[in-house]
Amino acid sequence: MTALMPEIRDSAVARVNPIAKLAVAVVISLTLLLSIDVVSASVALVLVGILLFWSGLDARQFWLRTSPLWLAAPFAGLTTVLYGEDSGALLFEWGLVSVTEGSLGLGVSITLRVLAIGLPSIVLFATTDPTDLADGLGQILKLPSRFVLGGLAGMRMIGLFIDDWRALGQARRARGVGDAHVLIRLGTQAFALLVLAIRRGSKLATAMEAKGFGSDIPRTWARPSTFGGPEIVLISIGLVIAAAAVTAAVLAGTWNFILD
Amino acid sequence: MTDRLGSGSVPGASIRARDWGWRHAGRGKPAVSALDLDIEPGERVLLLGASGAGKSTLMQAMAGVLGGDEEGDESGTLLLDGRRPADARGRAGLVLQDPDSQIVLARIGDDVAFAPENLGVPREEIWRRVRWALSAVGLDLPLHHSSSDLSGGQKQRLALASVLAMQPGLLLLDEPTANLDPDGVREIRDTVDRVVANTGATLVVVEHRVAVWRDIVDRVVVLDPSGGVLADGSPHAVLEREGPRLAAAGVWVPGIPPRVADRPHRRATGADLLVASDLAVGRTPFASKQPFVAASAIDVTLAEGTGLALTGPNGAGKSTLALTLAGLLEPVDGSLRATRPLARGLSGSPFRWKSRDLLTRLGTVFQDPEHQFLAATVRRELAIGPHALKLPQRDVDARVDELLQRLRLDHLADANPFTLSGGEKRRLSVATVLAARPQVLLLDEPTFGQDAVTWGELVSLLGELVDEGRSVVTVTHDRALVTTFADRELALGTTSGVPA
Repeated sequence: MTALMPEIRDSAVARVNPIAKLAVAVVISLTLLLSIDVVSASVALVLVGILLFWSGLDARQFWLRTSPLWLAAPFAGLTTVLYGEDSGALLFEWGLVSVTEGSLGLGVSITLRVLAIGLPSIVLFATTDPTDLADGLGQILKLPSRFVLGGLAGMRMIGLFIDDWRALGQARRARGVGDAHVLIRLGTQAFALLVLAIRRGSKLATAMEAKGFGSDIPRTWARPSTFGGPEIVLISIGLVIAAAAVTAAVLAGTWNFILD
Repeated sequence: MTDRLGSGSVPGASIRARDWGWRHAGRGKPAVSALDLDIEPGERVLLLGASGAGKSTLMQAMAGVLGGDEEGDESGTLLLDGRRPADARGRAGLVLQDPDSQIVLARIGDDVAFAPENLGVPREEIWRRVRWALSAVGLDLPLHHSSSDLSGGQKQRLALASVLAMQPGLLLLDEPTANLDPDGVREIRDTVDRVVANTGATLVVVEHRVAVWRDIVDRVVVLDPSGGVLADGSPHAVLEREGPRLAAAGVWVPGIPPRVADRPHRRATGADLLVASDLAVGRTPFASKQPFVAASAIDVTLAEGTGLALTGPNGAGKSTLALTLAGLLEPVDGSLRATRPLARGLSGSPFRWKSRDLLTRLGTVFQDPEHQFLAATVRRELAIGPHALKLPQRDVDARVDELLQRLRLDHLADANPFTLSGGEKRRLSVATVLAARPQVLLLDEPTFGQDAVTWGELVSLLGELVDEGRSVVTVTHDRALVTTFADRELALGTTSGVPA
């Protein structure tokens, strides 16, 4: 498994054009950013959770990919509970820390919100091949191919950088400068990696130019990136999830539009 | 332009250079000057010249990737089929030395499709060409196969296929086999021979190793470092007439072996320094806990005054063993013990030693010299080891000056190590290690891709080090190095790695 060729199982979601997945993640994220309340985030989280059954991720992959989220979400919530804007009855106080009913509610809704925004993004991209994404960005969103393919080619180099990093560390130890403080060592080694990365990058750029990249000839695309039924269905599902989350929150009276 | 060419055959391209020259921006001396050269369609040319004669510059110029005015100054004219090469995208295809820096996309099919896409070839035609190019280079793998998961020879064949998919009329190969083991070299040479015969493209190859290409080219052109062409003609005639001069300039001329210094002061083997018994070596892959065993059941002793060659096919664990012996990787299993004359009061386990303690005991020259460069100038690069040993400045200067002279780097003392040529980088990487005067030296493929002169110097130097009483270990594919230098050879088997 490499950065550019993640193991992607065939699934209903994996077969959908990455641009449609991107659209769903954007729609749900933007909607949930409009209000901070428990109901809209909960509804979105539950509905996204149902969608996961079609993602083809097994339990191990799912927890591995989303592990940063399970750490970040409660942490964001806890910070809000302890230091967030206070309102309602005081439940606990210690120095700067005060927990009120209001800050507790806020904390819970922040936690749910981070999860509801993060899960679809992570899971949708865990089912996406970067090459397919680049094809979509170039052909459907018509982003400049120099930018899209340059980025894609750069990503392939990540695997090489991992090997470079290891070799640089060994070389420093062998050269007698490996005893420095760990921060100094990592700092200078990171700089050395940057130098190597630039050199690799410029060689790659020459090779790409020699293959006609960046010329004035209009580019063709070997892999068609199409937008059809499955894509429209997925985007519709995304819109329904967003609408359901807003409707439920408004009906429950918890919707608080942050731009008010 | 190519739709009718079902078999992949193309009209060969021609080159016309008239008083052509190129000076890289910021350099005083032109890389190429006063060049008059005609290459006719379908010719197969081996381009030779001393290091610094401008071979790579000429190749990049013919490929149209030298860049614009900000990259350097052009003089005279160089035309590809009567046009400026940069305006004739797709007519010339360039394959470079390092396969890793030429592969663009993650799947082999997509990588081969990349160039035709850029040239605006229709989709159905692209995939036809992809299948043709992959079969032309004999890369019989599924189109979705990972382009990272290939051997060195396979990667270079992929690089060749990616260029062939443009159906270039001129195939430019700049040291295409320098980074390959002997099997990979033959693989590429035979592939090129077959492909050029099938397509009728013009071929220009730059390579030090004349013997590899002599039989498949019909013309040899030698560039003169002081400008223009030194010799031009059939391989036989040019090598006959210019052989000795070419050999002196670093070209590997068949029948003229590089000069290696005699070793009048051969010594008897001294004390044992490092003893490995039933050793298993391996690396732990990124984001994994289990080490991947590269070689096991190794018994080897490094003694003072001996030269040892570690040989074996790619993937046999040679480099991993060298890094383990060097105290840079932890042994996976078995024992690796430094004896008292080497440990000198430290524990018997080199991996536990401090970085500074390694300096005078175990010196390592890495396969890629760029990985071990730390300083902005050659002089400061050489002073790093002696400084880390806290030697007085006077001694540091003395050691640095001696090495600069001995390895012919004195005129480069203030140059940036990254700007040196391949041979100079290799000499510098060896010199940086010698500056600390280690008892054991471990070198990973020290002669890889080196010209004949550098080769002779390195082999002479290694012999000298052994005769000074050091223990020298080289990982190598180079049979000539093994026979000329090594007292002993440890051939690692083909056993592929298994997780511990």
